[in-house]
Amino acid sequence: MLKLRGGIAAIAFICLSSSAHAADPLAAGREALAEDNPGDLWVQVGERLFHEKRGPKKASLEQCDFGLGPGKLEGAYAHLPRYFPDTDKVQDLESRLLTCMMTLQGFSREEAIKYHFGDDDHMSNMESLSAFVASKSNGKKMDVQLSNQKEYDMFKAGEYIFYRRSGPLDFACSTCHTEKGKRVRLQDLPDMNDPQEIRAVVAGWPAYLGTKSRVLTMQARLYECVWQMRMPDLGYLSDMSIALTTYLNHKGNGAVIKAPGVRR
Amino acid sequence: MAEPMKIRATLQGDVADVRILMLHPMETGQRKDAKGQIVPLHFIQSVIVTHNGKTVVDAQWSQAISRNPFLGVHVKGAKAGDKIAVTWTDNKNEKRTDEVAVAAAS
Repeated sequence: MLKLRGGIAAIAFICLSSSAHAADPLAAGREALAEDNPGDLWVQVGERLFHEKRGPKKASLEQCDFGLGPGKLEGAYAHLPRYFPDTDKVQDLESRLLTCMMTLQGFSREEAIKYHFGDDDHMSNMESLSAFVASKSNGKKMDVQLSNQKEYDMFKAGEYIFYRRSGPLDFACSTCHTEKGKRVRLQDLPDMNDPQEIRAVVAGWPAYLGTKSRVLTMQARLYECVWQMRMPDLGYLSDMSIALTTYLNHKGNGAVIKAPGVRR
Repeated sequence: MAEPMKIRATLQGDVADVRILMLHPMETGQRKDAKGQIVPLHFIQSVIVTHNGKTVVDAQWSQAISRNPFLGVHVKGAKAGDKIAVTWTDNKNEKRTDEVAVAAAS
């Protein structure tokens, strides 16, 4: 009898472990891709662009201040978005890059973000640079402080938007992202209220997407989310996008950054 | 413009595990751009991998290879510090050569 029980327990265990694996069959693919992550190619391009003298002022981005002082990149991404006194704004990685492209290199806003999202015909400088700067915080823990009133306001605004149902489908981010075990087709939807799951999300952006064959940034991911909810297009670097990024990154504090990540 | 490759070569016994990532659009000549124009063929035609100057792989590729190709090669008889060089040439005669030293097994 004892033996039989042991056998049943063993079978149950096998079933459990195999179903745990079946729950996320895509993880195996992601792991295989991460070993030789094509996103690293974007990091290389971003590094070259970062040090290259470009724009009307023929300057590099080496003096760009990401919050830890000019040219200090290590660990800077872990504290973004944050408040910057020079622009009097809370800025995420990409809006900060844009500020530097405009002030240091003399680009106009239109020129700098001409291909803010890359496509099959164009590689995006913004995506390459983001991947490079974010990768400089690899191994650091996400640590978004809300010490400034404006940062706190952005966080609260992000929280409000996250739960605010709107649009023709009456969707909010929370519709899909506050319950465990939800999915779209085969995609597991992360529960943003689960510290483990949200950390896995914020740790890996910008990310290389296998289906798109390129690196996408958090801005692009949010744009896609908003489009999927059939709301009006999310403005690039808009307050709404910064608010949501502040909210998510702060909630993901403690995540060990590994950029670029790998996604489907 | 030919961007650098990312090459990793690590020793496993006397075999070097070489992993090469290349940044290339690999256009098939069948895709249309946003304006509806066909994007002309643009793909890597030849890939040559050398081990200390001796050719170990001489491959001819077609447009059937994916965008941003990945190539994995096992090189027998390699030692730590050996030079692995990779050169690709595409159908527009653009070229790129990158070289790494084989790293000892970690």
